Order: sequence, then C-alpha cells, then structure tokens
Amino acid sequence: MAFDSISDFFAMGGYGFYVWLSYGLTFFALAVLIINTLSKKNKIMKVVEHRLSREQRIKKAQNREGTL
Amino acid sequence: MNPRRKKRLLITSALVVGLSLSVGLVLFALQQNIDLFYTPSEIINGKNETGVKPVIGQRLRIGGMVLNGSVKRDPESLQVSFDLIDNGGGIVTVYFDGILPDLFREGQGIVAQGELLTATEINAFEVLAKHDEEYMPPEVAKALEGMDHLKKNKK
Amino acid sequence: MWKWLHPYAKPEKSYQLAGKFLPWFIVLTVVTFVVGLVWGLLFAPADYQQGDSFRIIYIHVPAAMMAMAAYSTMAIAAFVALVWQIRLAEMNVAAIAPIGAVFTFIALVTGAAWGKPMWGAWWVWDARLTSELILLFVYLGIIALHNAFSDKVLAGRAASILTLVGVINLPIIHYSVVWWNTLHQGATIMKFDKPSMPPEMLWPLVIMIVGFGAFLGVLTLMRFRNEILARESHRPWVTAMVTEKLAGEK
Repeated sequence: MAFDSISDFFAMGGYGFYVWLSYGLTFFALAVLIINTLSKKNKIMKVVEHRLSREQRIKKAQNREGTL
Repeated sequence: MNPRRKKRLLITSALVVGLSLSVGLVLFALQQNIDLFYTPSEIINGKNETGVKPVIGQRLRIGGMVLNGSVKRDPESLQVSFDLIDNGGGIVTVYFDGILPDLFREGQGIVAQGELLTATEINAFEVLAKHDEEYMPPEVAKALEGMDHLKKNKK
Repeated sequence: MWKWLHPYAKPEKSYQLAGKFLPWFIVLTVVTFVVGLVWGLLFAPADYQQGDSFRIIYIHVPAAMMAMAAYSTMAIAAFVALVWQIRLAEMNVAAIAPIGAVFTFIALVTGAAWGKPMWGAWWVWDARLTSELILLFVYLGIIALHNAFSDKVLAGRAASILTLVGVINLPIIHYSVVWWNTLHQGATIMKFDKPSMPPEMLWPLVIMIVGFGAFLGVLTLMRFRNEILARESHRPWVTAMVTEKLAGEK
C-alpha cells in the first residue's frame, strides 16, 4: 500500500485537490452520460407505449360504435 | 430555395467555415509559437535555421535546462533568478517574480515566456516546467542516480 | 462471403445482438474499474518527480486514448455508411459521437488539473492540447450537425461526411508531441520502444485503458440500441416488444 493512513490517502501527498478534482469531474461526466443514455431509452419506450394505448382506445371505441 | 434547405445550408456552411477558421488560426498560432521559441544558444547565436537573432525588448519563449546551482531566491519576496543552458553551450539568465511550478528544480527542463532584457537576460512573466515521458517510483530513481539513464531522452 | 452477416444488417437482429453483448461489457467494465482504480490509487507507487499527482494518469490517459479510439470507430462506421449506404452504420456514428465528446472533455479537464500543479498552468496553447481541443469541437460539430436536420437520412449523411473530414485531426493529435515543440511530454506507452514505466505503475494503467474501452463498448451498445428503437419505433417488432413488456408488468 502506498499510503500509511486514510488521511494520507485523501491528502495525496499535497495534491489532493487536483487528484480528487480530476476523479470527481470524470465520474460526474460519466454518470451524466449514463443517465442521459438511460433516460433516452425511457423516453422512446414511453412514446411507443403512449401510441399503443391510444391505438387500443381507438380500436375499442370503433368496436363499440359497430355494436350500436 | 425553401426555408428548410436554406437553414440546412446555413448550418452546414457555418460549421465548415468555423472549423476551417479554427484550424487555420491554431496552425497560425503554433507557427508563431515556433518562431518565437528560442533555446539559450539560439538567443546568443541566432536561430539554427534562419540565423534570426531576437531584438532586445522582444517578447519570446525560451526552453532549456536549469543549470545546477544557479537558482538564486530572494529571501524577502518571490523574486527568483536562474540560468538556462542547452547542449549548444549557451547560457541565459532568467528573472521571474512569482510562484514556480512544483516540477521546477535544478536540472529540469523548463519553458519561460518573457521579454529580452539584454543579450543574455530575460524577464519572464511565466515559467512552465516540462517533464519527460518516464515515470518511476522514488526508490528506482534513487538507484539509478548517477547513471545517465534519466537524461537519455532529453534533447 | 458476406451472407452470414446479412441477418445482422436487419435492425431487429442488431438490436438483439447488441443486447446479448451488453451484460458482458458491463461486467468487464465494473471489474476493470474496481481493480484498476484500487491498484492505481492505493497500491501503485508515487512518481519520483511528480509524487501522488501522477495518479491522475489512470483516468487521463485512458480517457484520451479511448476518445481517439471512439473517433476511429466512428470514422469507419461513417465510411461504411457513405459507401454502402447502410443505415445501421449511420446510427453507429450518431451513437458514438456524444461518448467521444465526453471522453475528450474528461481528457482535457484531467489534463488541466494535472498541468496546474506540475507545469504551472491550467492551460497552454501547446500543439497537443490544442489539437485535443479541436477534437472536442469536431465531436460537438458532428452532434450539432446531426441534430440540425429533421430529415434523418440527410442528417446521417452530413454527420458522416464531417466525421471523415475530421479524421485528419487524429494523426495530428498523436504526432503533435513529435512535430512541434510542446510542453506536453512524448508518448509513454504508445510507441515502438518499450514503455517508459515500470510494471507496478503500468499494470493498473493498462487495466484502466481496458476499462475505459469496455465502458465505451457499454455506452455504444446502449446508445446504438436507442438509435435503432427511435428510428424503428413504428415497426411491428418494436410494437410487439413493448406489448410484451407491458403484459409482463401487469
């Protein structure tokens, strides 16, 4: 292990600010990318689901009209 | 032309113009950087390729190695001076008032930007440290000390 | 010879195939990130000159390398899309561009945070840094161009052309440290000579490079599937899939 204690680890030999800034921004950027990708998929699915339920409603309505 | 096509044309041409403009500007800037970059020997003898010598008062960039034992710090302020050398044998003194980068040390390659005071003196407003592509643990570096391994890739 | 590939040129099959690869890439990403980060941050020795600040290398170099690898993949896809008019290849271009942009952004930001303590400046107009910044602009340009057209066929074609034009930047980035007098040092591992790094520092770096590569794979597959879904959303196979999913939820 390169560090003696936890505080040593966070201090990074005096470069803590720069090291953790880099790692923090990296994981923030990657997280944004993942969330964006997942939400895009959700949005597409929602649109399709919406369209499907509307089509079904229309079909139902048409069927009812036919029975009248 | 219909408006959709017009918009498309506008965006496409803006992109092409913007990209080529930025590439052109960058190349121009890099060329300037190269033109204004001197080694200590080139400041004294003129550029290797063109023989152009810098004029006193001119802004330039200088790259070289900090001469061992030449760093003089003013105890009261951040004022510091050091000599830069290269393998051409030229020595140029650099004066700097500011915080030096952590990699700055004797024997280290640095790049300074500033104004030529006299034929061999520069007043720098920026000092940047350059490091080589070699990484190693401190113990290994200690074991290799004295061997020319560390300087192998330095130009 | 290409016959066996044909079924995969169908969007539905590609969607399923991408889904099959996805879990493996996710596992590889998680494992390499955990091992690489723990090794690099905790166990790798500090550098003799740069101390612990050198640990930024474990994200800076992989991000920069994969940003370029992503561009190469995108360029190949763009070429295929233009020559053979394969729509799936176009979707690939659209899928990768945002990932490449984020990786380039990471390389630039971590480079700045590393340059400040070591060189003495967050940013220098040096050939390596500048060409990397241009890579970010090219990525953003491709994304912007792709979104500028409402007609997806034209959008794909325009983005593909810009991608191919931007390829010129890749050798410039790689050789910038050789061709120009840069503050950025030369290559440590991407060279014909042996790497200028001892194995206990190099191994975590190699693992992190594999990790970023796998992560690039995960995101590409996910976004590629998104692109297919978005463009095929009216096709019966998507409808059938969504109906099945809805039935499963009830």
